Amino acid sequence: MDKRSLLDLLRRDARESVDDIARQLGADAEAVAAALEELEADGVVRGYQAVVDWDRVSDEHVRAQVEVDVELDRETGYEEIATRIARFPEVATLRLVSGDYDFFIEVEGESMHDVSNFVSERIAPIPEVTKTVTHFVMDSYKEEGIELGDGDDDDRLSVSP
Amino acid sequence: MTFGDHLSERVEQVPPSGIRRFFELAEEVDDVISLGVGEPDFSAPWAARTAAIDSLERGKTSYTSNRGMRELREAISERVTRYGQEYDPEDEIIVTTGASEAVDLAFRAFVDQGDIVAIPQPSYISYTPGALFAGGEPLPVPTHAEDEFKLTPEALEAAGADEADVLVLCYPNNPTGAVMTDDELAGVAEFVREHDLIVLSDEIYADLRYEDDHASIATHPGMRERTIVFNGFSKAYAMTGLRLGYAMGPSEAIDAMNKVHQYAMLSAPTTAQYAALEALRSCDDAVEEMVNEYDRRRRFVLARFEEMGMDCFEAKGAFYVFPEVPDGDDEAFAEGLLEEQNVALVPGSVFGSGGEGHLRVSYATSMKELRVAMNRIEAYVRDT
Repeated sequence: MDKRSLLDLLRRDARESVDDIARQLGADAEAVAAALEELEADGVVRGYQAVVDWDRVSDEHVRAQVEVDVELDRETGYEEIATRIARFPEVATLRLVSGDYDFFIEVEGESMHDVSNFVSERIAPIPEVTKTVTHFVMDSYKEEGIELGDGDDDDRLSVSP
Repeated sequence: MTFGDHLSERVEQVPPSGIRRFFELAEEVDDVISLGVGEPDFSAPWAARTAAIDSLERGKTSYTSNRGMRELREAISERVTRYGQEYDPEDEIIVTTGASEAVDLAFRAFVDQGDIVAIPQPSYISYTPGALFAGGEPLPVPTHAEDEFKLTPEALEAAGADEADVLVLCYPNNPTGAVMTDDELAGVAEFVREHDLIVLSDEIYADLRYEDDHASIATHPGMRERTIVFNGFSKAYAMTGLRLGYAMGPSEAIDAMNKVHQYAMLSAPTTAQYAALEALRSCDDAVEEMVNEYDRRRRFVLARFEEMGMDCFEAKGAFYVFPEVPDGDDEAFAEGLLEEQNVALVPGSVFGSGGEGHLRVSYATSMKELRVAMNRIEAYVRDT
């Protein structure tokens, strides 16, 4: 079972049935089920989520990207700070990045007020944090490799040579 | 006066296309899922499209040299080395308006009145009319399901192709998805040399091969001098509408084709040439991604046919599989499936002798649609 092919396929559509995955990979269904279990057990595959276009959902949903600068000391490294930040359920994504700032956080909430409150009351007060810059997401055009526009109709001839 | 009285014999002798008939039937059905499409469901890679847009913005809207932009011919020359082919961009390559134009040029340049053109069947539907328009006499060479629709020296012998002047080859094949390996081509090459034929080798699906690398008859001993290779950007780069292909062969052959091309076409579309150049330079990854996707769908479709008990050899190229119809009547099956299940595909008999009793199933459509279409075919097979 080629795990890389399995991962590629899951990244395109994780909702495919084990049978359909097996057909596409030319493998048998038991082998696919076993490989999937292994990928999950090894922590390679951490979950399966829907790609949502929040603009089409009537409920209020606000996202922001937050840049965070930190100052390390002898007792505290990036790992410790990251663990503390990651525990907040409002934090959807947390990455250590190169460049002008240290951490990149994606925060989700029900209103701008929620999100800015969270940043000012939960993130900024962390002793090692020296600066935060919050960017509210105004519009999204592509998520997880999927374009969020209306898409193009298949305008090919229905039967062609 | 009516133009009907003035139609040339050359045109009148060619019957209307069977694909056209199915297209018209399918157009009348609402919400049809089509497995009858002979072109990719992807768009051309974005980098190629932006190169076309850039060229327009820079005002590149003139003719190019007859044989195509020098840079493009150089890039093609470099590209085809991966198939073991070596052609001089100076005088052994011509860029054409789709590989279709190149095939037509070759018929007109190399076929004399009454020359016999051997065409393995089932085949892409343009070769026989193309040969007829040029004044040639098409000789069908049936290939068989038990040979996985590969061409064999025995099939050539049986069809009387030893008398032929020209042999048309198309592997990976439309409509069957068949491919041929170097070992299998060696026997054909031997037949061709022995009986002194020339070969028109349509390799437009060269990059869409799923189990092994493309093999070209032109790379066999003594074959380069008697072979014209056709390729293009339509299939691998999903650029069908940009109409860009090319032909490669010995300089005196390309000169002759260019003679027709310079009067009939002048030069291939300039915008498309810029897109093609960028495609060759930077779109290998995009092609690989499409090939991987086709391959997954191919295996899915083959597995589904096997599960529903329809015989289907393991097609390894292009984006078609060619299953057998349970009761043998491919036209009735295709029409019934369209009427009852809203799924369009093309009956094999449209592609000539040897195609009857089969269906061309194109998997150039999304997995989502394929899944539904295969369920409907299964239901149709079960209920009839």
